[in-house]
Amino acid sequence: MNLDFSWMAWTWPTAAFFTVIALLLFGMGVWEYASPGGNPRVGVLRFETTRGDRLFVSLLGSAFIHLAWLGLVGSNLWWALALSVVYAIGVFRYV
Amino acid sequence: MEKTWNNKAWFLVLPVLVLVAFSAVIPLMTVVNYSVQDTFGNNVFFWAGTEWFEELLHSDRFWEAMTRNLIFSFIILAIEVPLGIFIALNMPKKGWGVPVCLVLMALPLLIPWNVVGTIWQVFGRNDIGLLGYYVNAVGIDYNYVQDPFDAWVTIIVMDVWHWTSLVVLLCYAGLVSIPDAFYQAAKIDGASRWAVFRYIQLPKMQRVLLIAVLLRFMDSFMIYTEPFVVTGGGPGNSTTFLSIDLVKTALGQFDLGPAAAMSLVYFLIVLLLSWVFYTVMTNYDAER
Repeated sequence: MNLDFSWMAWTWPTAAFFTVIALLLFGMGVWEYASPGGNPRVGVLRFETTRGDRLFVSLLGSAFIHLAWLGLVGSNLWWALALSVVYAIGVFRYV
Repeated sequence: MEKTWNNKAWFLVLPVLVLVAFSAVIPLMTVVNYSVQDTFGNNVFFWAGTEWFEELLHSDRFWEAMTRNLIFSFIILAIEVPLGIFIALNMPKKGWGVPVCLVLMALPLLIPWNVVGTIWQVFGRNDIGLLGYYVNAVGIDYNYVQDPFDAWVTIIVMDVWHWTSLVVLLCYAGLVSIPDAFYQAAKIDGASRWAVFRYIQLPKMQRVLLIAVLLRFMDSFMIYTEPFVVTGGGPGNSTTFLSIDLVKTALGQFDLGPAAAMSLVYFLIVLLLSWVFYTVMTNYDAER
């Protein structure tokens, strides 16, 4: 069977992006295996979040940070990425 | 009793994962790939980077469609939710009227979206349509094909006609679940009709109302078929919502890169709003 995925129009940057997402999910799986229960807690948002929720909030927020950077600043996204990492650390620490 | 942990149960969700991968994840990955490239067909792609996203975020056309979408969603929520509550409160709670009302309320929900669009497209025409003809006959200048305001009124009335029933049915389900003891206690206390609504019925309907608002907001924010069939996005661009604009870009102009970028931004907005609603709902449940 010849599987042809050329219609998906893969590029190295998008493949790297999805690989990072897959690795994050795998890492979360390992973390859950090592420390089951999802570490639920009530943070600054005043409602209970698990570490899966915190990853989701981090990724969604990062997407909007990148969009805002593109719309307001420019196409150099390295600073947006740095800001997103800081944001994600903040989310995992305080949310 | 000690709980048994068995991770083999995860294999049971494997079929769903495979299904979701083929129906959602792979298409989404493809959209992400398209969003950073340009194509002229024949499966040949050129790297464009973030160009389509920048173009989109600086495009008046996109923000105008987004504004129209938000205004539309706000208007139909402002009409459908109070109207749905009002109708649900006045529906019979027992007797033969219950099944009659429920069937009548369910009817608009059973009609396919494109059929609803066609019904209102004909209904509103001022040459052969019952509504359009008689509205003009009483002296009101109504023409949804030429007048943006008339087009908006037609689409909003159509949506209210189609979807208020959903709010009614959800509210009705919330209302019939209130035990009679609550009403008896209110009667003994001499509570007014307003007090019964404010302190008994509304709190009991809060959860279903939240679901109704979520469903109606998401549906109206993603609306495509009905306005497309009735107005085709016109006159001009006055009823071009995000989904209509997206289809025009992707299939009308065959601009797959910009359409993919627009799809992703649209998807992220819907995802954010869904998460907000989901969080509010689940936390409301937890508080209860």
